[in-house]
Amino acid sequence: MDRAEDLVAEVAESRRHGRTLSIVGHGSKAALGAPAGDARLCTTDHVGILDYRPQELVVTARAGTPLDELADVVASEGQLLPFDPPRFAGKGTLGGAIASGLSGPARPWRGSVRDALLGVEIVNGLGERLRFGGSVMKNVAGYDVSRLMAGARGTLGLMLSASVRLLPRPAVEETFARRCAADEAFELCRDWLRRPLPISATCHAGGVLHVRLAGSGGEVASARAAMDLPEPGDDGLWDSVRDHSHGFFDEAPALTRVSLPRGAAYPAAVGDRALVEWGGCQAWWRSAPGGDALPPGALVRSFSGAVAVHATDATAKYAARLKTAFDPDGLFNPGLPV
Amino acid sequence: MPDPRILDELRRALPADALITAEDAVRPFETDGLTAIRERPWAVALPENTAQVRTAMRICREHDVPIVTRGAGTGLSGGARPLKDGLLLVLSKMNRITEIDLDACTATVEPGVTNLSISQAVREHGLFYAPDPSSQIACSIGGNVAENSGGVHCLKYGLTVHNVLGLRVQTYEGDELVLGGKGLETPGLDLMAAMIGSEGMLGVVTEVIVKLLPLPLAKRVLLAAFDDLQDAGDAVGAIIAEGIVPAGLEMMDSPAIRAAEDFARAGYPRDAAAILLCELDGTEQQVAADCDRVEAVLAAHRGRVRVAADETAQERLWKGRKSAFPAMGRIAPDYYCMDGTIPRGELGRVLGDIARLAEDYRLQVANVFHAGDGNLHPLILYDANQPGELERAEALGGRILALCVEVGGTVTGEHGVGMEKLDSMCVQFDAGELAQFHRLKAAFDPAGKMNPGKAVPTLARCSELGGMHVHGGQVPHPELERF
Repeated sequence: MDRAEDLVAEVAESRRHGRTLSIVGHGSKAALGAPAGDARLCTTDHVGILDYRPQELVVTARAGTPLDELADVVASEGQLLPFDPPRFAGKGTLGGAIASGLSGPARPWRGSVRDALLGVEIVNGLGERLRFGGSVMKNVAGYDVSRLMAGARGTLGLMLSASVRLLPRPAVEETFARRCAADEAFELCRDWLRRPLPISATCHAGGVLHVRLAGSGGEVASARAAMDLPEPGDDGLWDSVRDHSHGFFDEAPALTRVSLPRGAAYPAAVGDRALVEWGGCQAWWRSAPGGDALPPGALVRSFSGAVAVHATDATAKYAARLKTAFDPDGLFNPGLPV
Repeated sequence: MPDPRILDELRRALPADALITAEDAVRPFETDGLTAIRERPWAVALPENTAQVRTAMRICREHDVPIVTRGAGTGLSGGARPLKDGLLLVLSKMNRITEIDLDACTATVEPGVTNLSISQAVREHGLFYAPDPSSQIACSIGGNVAENSGGVHCLKYGLTVHNVLGLRVQTYEGDELVLGGKGLETPGLDLMAAMIGSEGMLGVVTEVIVKLLPLPLAKRVLLAAFDDLQDAGDAVGAIIAEGIVPAGLEMMDSPAIRAAEDFARAGYPRDAAAILLCELDGTEQQVAADCDRVEAVLAAHRGRVRVAADETAQERLWKGRKSAFPAMGRIAPDYYCMDGTIPRGELGRVLGDIARLAEDYRLQVANVFHAGDGNLHPLILYDANQPGELERAEALGGRILALCVEVGGTVTGEHGVGMEKLDSMCVQFDAGELAQFHRLKAAFDPAGKMNPGKAVPTLARCSELGGMHVHGGQVPHPELERF
């Protein structure tokens, strides 16, 4: 259903009355922190796939389109959403996935939300309906406003639709495992980074390293042997890690997300309190760790996005100005950090 | 013209040979790769490090002098064209690879490092830097960031934006922005996304952290010859629909095939209407399996397929493609290279329309392009010494780009807007979108002193052109026939 005109009208109306807006979908990511607008601007009825031609490897859909639906449609053509965003019990939408900038288990190998994003249609804070980027792979006309929307949490504008790049689904995708301590898992992942291996996900938790391999059958089998992954793994693990339905997240009172440099050495703070994915680049902590136990270049933040350990620099000044450039009256998502 | 005393100040602050002002010495900097557009710069600074960049920028700021940044000057859209009242900041002396981190698989480099030298420096470790624009032997990484450069392999490996992990940027106001790093995610707005492809309009990049990938173990190159252009175009989409992402998928049409063959003796079939070059890489098993499937798809589209037997044969096939542009120089005195991108499914139709437009304008067009990602490079052949031919070539170019926008594409896939495509930007974007671009620029450069006049046209310029806006794929006057 196309509700673009209603949404544009709601923005214009709110602007006239000096009323701020909280952009919401199904609320699947409320844990990330809720905006404090005077009124709600709801995208859940603005749904539908606008263009999908499998040979273009691109899909364009309205912001409220459920990720479950989108994933099913492209899967029926043997394709997948490369950034595999959290769907949180089927509630996640395309717009929410882009705005939150959260990517799933394959992120280091298949790219992030931002990497896949090719074009957007937005409503800025002036109530103007604007298109940036498009549906083609290569496009350098104008500044890359589309990718700026990924992870901006709706602070720059309301997304109406987006075009994202797809990938063909590999012939075989299978999960294997081996028992090892966290330090050994880091060591292995660092070594694998330098070798052309068909990895599409890793996860270390509870003394087991799970690795998903993707490719042709022969390729997967020979990589498994080369990587010494003797045990069979659980293919269902990845969705549970992605959607935080894995048991690890049940016991997490204060969930902390840590971004580690590629190939980082084992940070002593990990222990068994962490779930580490992305080949060692992303760790989830059950409680806030001490910053001094982390390798240089690590960024720590609570799941809701607030930065706990991060060198301050001039970026905040320019981010604030960018916000003003798109939303001069501060209409969208007040209360969320820019 | 800025006060000559500013030059004295720059001279005192920079090393002896870092400032060039003599008329004959600045002449080589008048133009970049788009030689039709030139201007003599007021002064040229060649800083050796970030501190000198910041010093030169501070002096400019204190006197309101605009700055144009330049790397190797290989850009094809006039993005580095200097200003007669501005400083040209040439970063080619900042050409050190400062760190190769084999744990993170990253290289930290200065902006003047050439694209190819990164891959050369890490080859012994079994790694490479993926984006490979055709000018890679000369073009510098700072320029690649400014243009979001692609290359032959970006269908599989992505553009510059997908392969840069971190940037250090100096703004005109004197701030240093440290964006990204060796990790994958950083909090807050993605300022790096805004910076990549911003054509030097937002700041000066002084350091780049690039991602290095393991070299693929195996590679195959296939050549397919077609009697019909449409078949070749359709085969491109069919390969992708088959679930294969080739490392490279290039197409050449008949005039390009013949010129390249005469020039490079690559073994191309001179009688073909089109050829496709397809490169597959990965593990030996994956490549062998993909190669069989691609051969079947090509054959099903009436392509005559040849697989290069060894590395020498592979290089020979690529040599023809890579020498296509110089080859054109032998069959026409001048050529004008376009850079539109279209959805792959429109390839056949758009190539036909381009041929008809060329006839209307009485000019020859040869097509050599990145078919896999729909990035066209129509080469309009002309003779600048024939009165009116340059103007006809430019008009035809404008029509071709408008056609790309009409089918849902873009006026520039990888060469940038620069000075060259300002008018075409009026076709692709409406007034609200252009105004948003200008506000984005002002967030980084409120004084408007970084590379002024490039990349985004003023609203006045667009309205003088007749305000032709395309929105939602609807051109004004849809009743009129457009070829």
